[in-house]
Amino acid sequence: MIKVDGISKQFGKVKAVDAISFEVQEQENMILLGTSGCGKTTTLKMINRLIEPSGGKIFINKKNILDQPPEILRRGIGYVLQNNGLFPHYTVAENIALVPQLLKWDKKKTEGRTAELMEKLHLDKSYLHVYPNELSGGQQQRIGLARALVSDPPVLLMDEPFGALDNVTRSNIHKEFKALDELKRKTIIMVTHDVQEAFELGDRICLMDKGRIIQSGTPAELLFSPANKFVEDFLKDQRLQLEFKAVKLVDVWELLPNPPKKAKTPALPAGTDLWTALESFKFGKAETVNIQKDDEVKAATFEELMAAFYQYKNKQGHE
Amino acid sequence: MNEHQQTLFEFMGQQADKLAVQTLQHIGLTFISLFIAALIGLPLGIFITRKVKLSGPVLGVAGILQTIPSIALLGFMIPVLGIGAKPAIVALLLYALLPIIRNTYTGITGVDAAVKEAAVAMGMNKWQVLFKVELPLAMPVILAGIRTATVINVGVATLASYIAAGGLGEFIFGGISLNNTNMILAGAIPAALLAIIFDFLLSRVQKLNFKKIKKTTYAMPVLLVLLSSFYFIPSAYGGRLTAGFTPEFMGRQDGNLGLESKYGLKIHTIVISDAVMYKAAFEKQLDVISGYSTDGRLKAYDLVVLDDDKRIFPPYYAAPIIREESLKKYPGLEKTLNLLSGKINDSVMTDLNYRTDYLHQTPERVAKDFLVANKLFKPSREGSTGIIRIGSKIFGEQYILANMYSMLIKGNTNYDVSTKTGLGGTKICFDALTNDQIDFYPEYTGTGLLAILQASPKTVNEVTKSKDSTYNYVQQEFEKRYQVKWLKPIGFNNAYALMMRKEQAKRLNIKTISNLKRYLNSK
Repeated sequence: MIKVDGISKQFGKVKAVDAISFEVQEQENMILLGTSGCGKTTTLKMINRLIEPSGGKIFINKKNILDQPPEILRRGIGYVLQNNGLFPHYTVAENIALVPQLLKWDKKKTEGRTAELMEKLHLDKSYLHVYPNELSGGQQQRIGLARALVSDPPVLLMDEPFGALDNVTRSNIHKEFKALDELKRKTIIMVTHDVQEAFELGDRICLMDKGRIIQSGTPAELLFSPANKFVEDFLKDQRLQLEFKAVKLVDVWELLPNPPKKAKTPALPAGTDLWTALESFKFGKAETVNIQKDDEVKAATFEELMAAFYQYKNKQGHE
Repeated sequence: MNEHQQTLFEFMGQQADKLAVQTLQHIGLTFISLFIAALIGLPLGIFITRKVKLSGPVLGVAGILQTIPSIALLGFMIPVLGIGAKPAIVALLLYALLPIIRNTYTGITGVDAAVKEAAVAMGMNKWQVLFKVELPLAMPVILAGIRTATVINVGVATLASYIAAGGLGEFIFGGISLNNTNMILAGAIPAALLAIIFDFLLSRVQKLNFKKIKKTTYAMPVLLVLLSSFYFIPSAYGGRLTAGFTPEFMGRQDGNLGLESKYGLKIHTIVISDAVMYKAAFEKQLDVISGYSTDGRLKAYDLVVLDDDKRIFPPYYAAPIIREESLKKYPGLEKTLNLLSGKINDSVMTDLNYRTDYLHQTPERVAKDFLVANKLFKPSREGSTGIIRIGSKIFGEQYILANMYSMLIKGNTNYDVSTKTGLGGTKICFDALTNDQIDFYPEYTGTGLLAILQASPKTVNEVTKSKDSTYNYVQQEFEKRYQVKWLKPIGFNNAYALMMRKEQAKRLNIKTISNLKRYLNSK
């Protein structure tokens, strides 16, 4: 879907981005992770040509992005900024209608789409006619997301989208983010410096430093097979939590002792991470959770899940 | 007018038409220049946000323009643009530029970078970013600049009357030269009110919320054009000839008022300062001007004086006036001073003034050359039997006369001389004389009659019928009241006069003011 081929960016004598390449598959959520100044935001902004690269090529759907005028390119790519970048002189409705206006949608279509998004993002309709500064930070960020999604672009670029929010708001938005069907259909590149966020939201992570990609892979790959000491150190904090988040139920499916049954009872999907599964225990007597993979369901106790996790982890280390 | 003290409101009521015209002109001048300044300043301000390297030089030049004193700036404009509305508008717009450019620049560069980035990232082109994001968000700051420019322009526009562009300055400067407080206030109060009202209105516009600003942005240019057009409404009437009169002349009975009442002269008139009037006549911007009959510029610019056949301008014959005590104290002085009597007529005096004012010869040299040519000059006797103190007012003609008297006294008597030139106006000079600070100075009969004796209109009417009756009257009165004696007249009459270009007067066959009136009435 998106192919970045050896792009570089030089600001004066400083090499902000140094000949990096990666690919993002359709509907994949790719995270550019790194400390500030590592070149992750510059990389992101080169994809919608807010910054023109000094060298290298970028393809979206095999088309070189330089082949079309930047305005047209950008109208087809959603963009979410850290400080939302909402227009203070536009109402919420006008902010959301920005891209439809540029695309010359008719009024009905815009209104219908706006109402749909407001509902999906749990925003009250009464907000439509207020100005952004009258809303809370979390609400503003949701409007920013709605603005990026309104024309249903296949690609979404997000620059530290939740960076300015407090922890409680952020964790709520993370949950919504994962649940939102609109986003599941999108190819997303998201920049963040927050390791937890990267592990929670990313299908794959590019860990960057000094303008280069140090390692790129799934969260589990980064955790259990770090390319070098830098990667290891970067993930050192709260490592256990990261591991729980990186391992999915499907990874430990074979290691669970109970025999599978036909699916009947409500169950967690196999793509759920272990952290979420463990969090769902209420610690009653002999309590189990049901896990569904395809049309089979396995029940597992807390102890069984933990045992399976350790088995899995040991296996990873020896590979 | 002398019978009772006129109040400001009576004056304003009486002059309501003029006041209305001047106010409209003032508003018009302010907003035409503001409008053009905005047309130049806004794009320029936007341009330098795109080419930041140029912002320093552009703001620097606009800043320098701002520091040029307004009168000087108007002065610079005259050789290029002549007189009237054009130079005034250009000068005003130059003053309005800096606040508009600077605030446009500051306003646009101050727009939140994240908002600009969002606008670009959503796929807006650069014009959409400018008109939909940058300008609306910078609007309060830009409006603040326009507000500053408006207040500056209302103030500076008062000076436009110096170069015949009209406005409330006509009353203000007319009032200053006529020492008429009501007239000054009738100009100054409306000007101040205009500044306050426009400032207030623009402050309201500035505080409107974003939503409404969208509408006002469109309303502003319309309003500006409307206000600008005020200037053209009053000046829409024309005339075959144009007269330029000084503010003082406009308000005097022995000036424009007399021209209207006694001659019935109706001419398209603009008010202009004495400093540029002669030149404007020379450059055919004006056809008739009010000047002084012995002014050197008469010769410099090839103008001719129209004969005042109905005698509305009182005679201003020059003669030395001297303390009677001094005459007794210094025998032989009177005879010496009278040596000059009858020697200088109008054209000679004009020529002498021309030499000092235009050829920049010193008054001493001009005085000596004249005395030598008329065989009146004698080398100084280096006398020391007494010191005669000569006074003079603060203009060229008086300096020349003071120097002539000084040379005559030194050459013909054994007295020494001390000159106290540059004693300001009439009042200072005459006070110095009566207080025994000087012995004599050259005075004019008209000034004596009107400024010193302050004769009633009736008396003025009677005694100004001929030059002799004026002379006789002031001579009697001065002796009676101040023990000051008028010696024999020098010969020239430095009175108010209407003048035209020689060539034009000849072509139209106009020699007297009555001729002028007939010419204007014909056709």
